[in-house]
Amino acid sequence: MAKLPKKDELMNYKYEVPPSDWMDTAVDIRPGTYCYGAKGKNLEAVNFPNARDWSPVDEDWHLPDNWQEIFLNGMAERLDKYRSFRLFMDVCVRCGACADKCHFYMGSGDPKNMPVLRGELLRSVYRRYFTTSGKLLGRIAGARDLTEDVLKELWFYFYQCTECRRCSVFCPYGIDQAEITIMGRELFNLLGLNTDWISGPVANCYMKGNHVGLEPQTILSNIEFMMDDLEDITGKRIEPRFNKKGAEILFVAPSGDLFADPGIYTCMGYLMLFEQLGLDYTMSTYASEGGNFGFFTSNEMAKRLNAKIYAEAKRLGVKWILGGECGHMWRVVNQYMDTWNGPADFLEVPVSPITGTKFENARSTKMVHIAEFTADLIYHNKLKLDPSRNDHLRITFHDSCNTSRGMGIMEEPRYIIKNVCNNFFEMPEETIREKTLCCGSGSGLNAGENMEVRLRGGFPRANAVKYVQDKHGVNVLANICAIDRAAMPSLMDYWVPGVQVMGVHELVGNALIMDGEKERTLNLRGEPLPGKGGEDDV
Amino acid sequence: MYNGGKIIAGLIIFAAIITSPFLLNIGKADEAPQPSLDTPAINQMSEKKCVESAEFMRTGHMQMLNDWRDQVVRNGDTVYVSNSGQEYEMSLENSCLKCHSNKQEFCDSCHTYAQVDPYCWDCHTDTKGAGQ
Amino acid sequence: MKIWSSLLAVIALVFIAWVGAGVLHLSTFFGIVLPYLALIIFLAGFLLRVIKWGKSPVPFCIPTTCGQQESLPWIKPNKIENPTTTWGVIWRMILEITLFRSLFRNTATEKHDGNLAIGSAKWLWFGSLLFHWSMLVIIIRHLRFFTEPVPVLIQGLEFMDSFLQIGIPLLYMTDVFIVLALSYLFLRRVAIPKVKYISQAADYFPLLLLLGVAISGILMRYFFRVDVVGVKELAMGLVTFRPVFSAEIGPIFYIHLTLVSCLFAYFPWSKLMHAGGIFMSPTRNLANNSRMVRHVNPWNYAVKTHTYDEYEEEFRDKMKKVGLPLEGEG
Repeated sequence: MAKLPKKDELMNYKYEVPPSDWMDTAVDIRPGTYCYGAKGKNLEAVNFPNARDWSPVDEDWHLPDNWQEIFLNGMAERLDKYRSFRLFMDVCVRCGACADKCHFYMGSGDPKNMPVLRGELLRSVYRRYFTTSGKLLGRIAGARDLTEDVLKELWFYFYQCTECRRCSVFCPYGIDQAEITIMGRELFNLLGLNTDWISGPVANCYMKGNHVGLEPQTILSNIEFMMDDLEDITGKRIEPRFNKKGAEILFVAPSGDLFADPGIYTCMGYLMLFEQLGLDYTMSTYASEGGNFGFFTSNEMAKRLNAKIYAEAKRLGVKWILGGECGHMWRVVNQYMDTWNGPADFLEVPVSPITGTKFENARSTKMVHIAEFTADLIYHNKLKLDPSRNDHLRITFHDSCNTSRGMGIMEEPRYIIKNVCNNFFEMPEETIREKTLCCGSGSGLNAGENMEVRLRGGFPRANAVKYVQDKHGVNVLANICAIDRAAMPSLMDYWVPGVQVMGVHELVGNALIMDGEKERTLNLRGEPLPGKGGEDDV
Repeated sequence: MYNGGKIIAGLIIFAAIITSPFLLNIGKADEAPQPSLDTPAINQMSEKKCVESAEFMRTGHMQMLNDWRDQVVRNGDTVYVSNSGQEYEMSLENSCLKCHSNKQEFCDSCHTYAQVDPYCWDCHTDTKGAGQ
Repeated sequence: MKIWSSLLAVIALVFIAWVGAGVLHLSTFFGIVLPYLALIIFLAGFLLRVIKWGKSPVPFCIPTTCGQQESLPWIKPNKIENPTTTWGVIWRMILEITLFRSLFRNTATEKHDGNLAIGSAKWLWFGSLLFHWSMLVIIIRHLRFFTEPVPVLIQGLEFMDSFLQIGIPLLYMTDVFIVLALSYLFLRRVAIPKVKYISQAADYFPLLLLLGVAISGILMRYFFRVDVVGVKELAMGLVTFRPVFSAEIGPIFYIHLTLVSCLFAYFPWSKLMHAGGIFMSPTRNLANNSRMVRHVNPWNYAVKTHTYDEYEEEFRDKMKKVGLPLEGEG
């Protein structure tokens, strides 16, 4: 990981523009601002073209000789396949409403991080090769040649977009830079220009079933460790089930929750809940990833990774699928999965075996979000909860970009939090729900080497957290996203020290009163619960 | 998903709206009105001329009447000297309508055609009482 | 450069019309040929562009959801901002198209030392709305030249637009609004550095052209008067395919008409096509119901996956060791 820059260095920017026109302003790819180039072997693992080791800072990117042809043909193909792409190339009026909505622009002041200009980087190429005016008039029509410098600039800024869709909320025509970024990244992948942080997890997920590359025995031993801890905390031994045929429900979580702090605490929460309910569920080591870094690579790659979930549900003969807390996973499940790999006619419309609620909203895809599932349980009084165990926590909730703007799951997690905690505070209205600010690390940007960009991109979110920290003493940032759980801690430590990052089901796990459990003196992190340990701490 | 049907339906509606001026006028042979000069007063004139030239009056009469009103009401000045040096009383009813006593065939024919609704007639009436 | 070339282009158009119609008296070309040509280009170009968009499918259901989803019966969904039904989508589109719902959300971000402040910013919304509605009223009002008798609806609109009864001919409020709104939209492009930075000639030109249209129209109505009956006669002649010139019409009319014709002809090849584009935008015109009803991608194709059997083959021993159930025996 690169050395962290100083705060005042990061904050030393203004919302100003350079003296030279953006077409004449060269891109500066410097350490801290980019992710390492993909390794050839990872691209080969998924049969991607032009696989090679490369580095963005090299003068020579070792592009294939006909790289322009590949790029432009790829563009033509995608213009014909995606109405969104063609439309968004044509109809932008450059009103600038999106400009200061992007967290990367808000945190860096770099005008090419304004969504409108990020889009123009590619639109200028589109005009040059796909419109009459651009072919005839060139630069005065806003067109420019596709040179290597232009390619590098495109690459640099399209890997400084987290596909969060915030710009699209404010655009009067709904132009979604995420769509443009997705197309751009598809084109880069035709040239072998992926990043290491995305291509590695993709190869892992393809071969081993999950991004972090956990092999089946490792998943089991990781879970084993968690269950040991849980036994200490609750006095109960939980035996999660894997690859079990004939179970009612297949549970798929983002693999981050099986892997590292603080995701594992969220995972403990899931499993405690299932145990308490006596749910007939299984997890899978093959489909052990809900997230999808293929989505940050190409539509095809995303589909190839996502296919495992339905395939495994079919093989195991489950009735329906339950999904864990993850952001882009739910964008994919909600908007893509059924289209790619459906119809899931071998599954049944999901019904909660505890409350009998039929999840009509998932009647085709047959996959339910765990926040929907748990909110339903609480609403029907099926859980015994002791929110006072979370009394030392002062909580705010961060809506993840994908679940808020690509799905709309906003009330369910809030309902859960309000039932398992007593101290809940909203961040300012302009920074939550559909206007939520990104963590700055989504869409495969949560690497270590680009920490400066992540800190800048996460600054607006962190600044809103700081606001509630100052005002209400908030010390927990709750979320329903594995990338948030992975990325936010370092962001909080840097910008808002003293704020912990927790999945909603960690809070559930803490408050959940399990049958036959011992008196809780520790939270899921193994820390003493204030006021519960017989000691006089407050 | 293409939604081709919806797009084509939308385009047909759009094309219909854009060409509606053409469609609404199919089969209509429209002619511009010819304001009638056939009134007893005009017929008696040896030299048929208005206070100013017809070309000027055609584009400028509304402005002239507006000026007349201001002159009379605000300055008490009632005499208009035309370009040719002739003097007229600045009065819609006593000057204009004296000759053009056929408001309907003269004034209204063009006003209706061009969809102009002058507020002159909110107060003034034509002398024959044919207006209001 | 981008501003000056746009301004120059508009001035050149004015000059051409003035010389052509006013000095050379090419009234047939500027009064008949050009308007017909412009309308044909506009209509054909518009239709072709939309058809081109329509030929690209919408492979995925990608609405931008701006409110609570429909999930559990006791959670109130936002039926318009996160629609699941066609009616919801229709309402969403009506709000977008008539009231610029998304632009109304606009905020401005300011940086004060180490903190960001996000405040409300409605001027862009107001200016755009004022311009577009004025434009619509003005276009409808112009139908008085193309209809005989003039429909009551248009008479009513005309009455309301001029009800302040200022001046002779009566001042239209929309004439004032459109000039103010266009001036605002132009000035913000010039005066706000970041907006200037993203602006292209293709942004200045239409604004200046529209300003030219509005100003020439205002000059014609209030200052250099023309024979309105002659204008209507020409207009009616055009729409009945019997165009005639019965009266001499002043050059300002031809300047106005030429600028309007250029606007029409320019429209389909420019960003002005956002007018058609907004109806087609997949982030707005789709229902968020892709978990309820399967959205079909017409070019969906089979892909190579890493199957469970391949996976088990690779990890069989390890799986066996930890007691995971297996399909095949190793």
